[in-house]
Amino acid sequence: MPENGSREDRAAIHDEDLELFYDRAPCGYLSTTPEGLVINVNRTFLEWTGYPREELVGERHLIDLLSPGGRLYYDTHFLPMLLMQDYVREIAFEVVRADGSRLPVLVNASLDRNAAGAPTVVRIALLDSTERRAYERELLAAKQVAEESERRSRALAETLQQALIPPLPPVIPELDVAGVYRPAGAGDEVGGDFYDVFQVNDDEWVVALGDVCGKGVEAAVVTSLVRHTVRASTVPFPNAADALRQLNRVMLERDPSRFCTVALVRLRRQPTGWHADLALGGHPPPLLHQPGAGTHFFGEPGSLIGVMEDPQLHTTRLDAVPGTTLVLYTDGVTEGRRGLDFYGETRLHDVVDSLAGGTATAIADGLLDDLLEFQQDRARDDIAIVVIRVP
Amino acid sequence: MDPIARNNVRVSGPPDARSIMFAHGFGCDQQMWRYVAPAFEDEFQVVCFDHVGAGHSDLSAYDPAKYSSLDGYADDVVEIARALNLHDAVLVGHSVSSMIGMLACLRAPELFGKLVMLGPSPRYVDDPPYVGGFSKSDIRELLEAMDSNYLGWSSAMAPVIMGNPERPQLGRELTESFCRTDPAIARQFAEVTFLSDNRDDLARLSTPTLVLQCSQDVIAPKAVGEYVAAAVPDSTLVMLEAVGHCPNLSAPEATSAAIAAFV
Repeated sequence: MPENGSREDRAAIHDEDLELFYDRAPCGYLSTTPEGLVINVNRTFLEWTGYPREELVGERHLIDLLSPGGRLYYDTHFLPMLLMQDYVREIAFEVVRADGSRLPVLVNASLDRNAAGAPTVVRIALLDSTERRAYERELLAAKQVAEESERRSRALAETLQQALIPPLPPVIPELDVAGVYRPAGAGDEVGGDFYDVFQVNDDEWVVALGDVCGKGVEAAVVTSLVRHTVRASTVPFPNAADALRQLNRVMLERDPSRFCTVALVRLRRQPTGWHADLALGGHPPPLLHQPGAGTHFFGEPGSLIGVMEDPQLHTTRLDAVPGTTLVLYTDGVTEGRRGLDFYGETRLHDVVDSLAGGTATAIADGLLDDLLEFQQDRARDDIAIVVIRVP
Repeated sequence: MDPIARNNVRVSGPPDARSIMFAHGFGCDQQMWRYVAPAFEDEFQVVCFDHVGAGHSDLSAYDPAKYSSLDGYADDVVEIARALNLHDAVLVGHSVSSMIGMLACLRAPELFGKLVMLGPSPRYVDDPPYVGGFSKSDIRELLEAMDSNYLGWSSAMAPVIMGNPERPQLGRELTESFCRTDPAIARQFAEVTFLSDNRDDLARLSTPTLVLQCSQDVIAPKAVGEYVAAAVPDSTLVMLEAVGHCPNLSAPEATSAAIAAFV
């Protein structure tokens, strides 16, 4: 095996003159006037680009050697930065070789000034970055694909989200109804909250509000299933608790790993006035305000939907005299947080109590405003509220 | 929105003097005027600002729809001038801001008594027989050059871009952020700048205009400066002995002297 670096070789390296250091440097090296006119160039650069020395020195400006796109970048970014901060680092350019082909380079440059502060000479080092640039192009393409896919998934999330609540404000003749819905976050994720208001026969309407566990597209698919199953089961099962039992069966069959909470209200118009049946499947009890009886939580708690074969579910009856107001909400309301504090049931109760007497819309909006103010506009969970009021 | 905060407007010089407003071009920010603007501070109220998206402007004000044409930028110039109660002011626009300035003068001629176009081009892309100097594919290449240069910058620069809107003392922090902005904004500004065509607007301009042309400018070649001066009715063409597109940095004394002689 040949021994590398004999004493004589090392001496030769020490003796190597600076011109060789400059000319044989493993990077292109250029000096230019502050205007960019080439005043010196090393052999590496000439070999890379194929220009004879005399065609560059005193003849060409650095900008003339760049691709047209690079020229624009040079004048709008590179030169201003160089003149402002006296150096520029890691700028990607393409140098046009003598034969017209392109050499991708990474450029560092520094600006010398004289004692008076006037620019004197620009020193420019260029590294061949052909392979790195190819790799960067791949990265860039992958980044663009990822951004496009992000845009699509956001659009998908928005579309799905719109399918979880009625497209128009809910209406029940002779009743005052309002719903508000606010998905958490920046709108790029689909939440699990939903509500629905629909008519089942001439004199009966159903209001359903619930929360499917989880987030994202899978949760949205389940939410959509829940919403439609509630619609389908309330027709053959007039008893609210029975309708939820049917929903429970469908949920268990479809995907036992998913569950939800639902508050189901069946409203019946009778000659004597309005009557309401309420069933709660694992859902927090709504607030009921009745003239002369104040505001309190109402309904009998029941099992989560989609967990047990034989859930405990109950229907609670209510005669809704004029002025009766029922406020349904998801846990995004009570679990709204500010630091370590929860919004909580007490504040919810007090706010609804103070708003009772207003229209359904005023109550729903007032409650949402108070909640958002409490959370300083940073709602971390979805919020759904439906208010039903007998005028 | 308050245009003064939105555009990081900086006012200096005697408040009751005639105003001169400097608009920077594509690429950097109001620091482009730091060697020119001080020359006017004795006799003028000097107004500098950053276009939305550039420098220390309020990035949250960036609306891709509004800034999809130069009109959005011109609206901002008019709003700033109104907010400062400018009348008969001198408006100096560099590069693309020559056209933005022209649009502002067309929109609100009462605000500006004189317009200076530094290195103007009403259209960068060739349209035979008109020669702008670039082809469409050249512009695409610029966008690619920007993409590949932002690849290494975007995440590292994010804290500076998103950070403290207060302009720090001129120093490392400032120079590091100079010419660097949100890649998506810079890209759209590049497209709007280099693909716009304002040739038909030139003839409608009644504001007395100085066209300052660099003797060797790749971005806005001499023929383009001459085209602008010929098309604008009340215009004067002055040639600056300067190489490059940024005489405000490379030849600030000559630039200031030419502006001072005109106003």
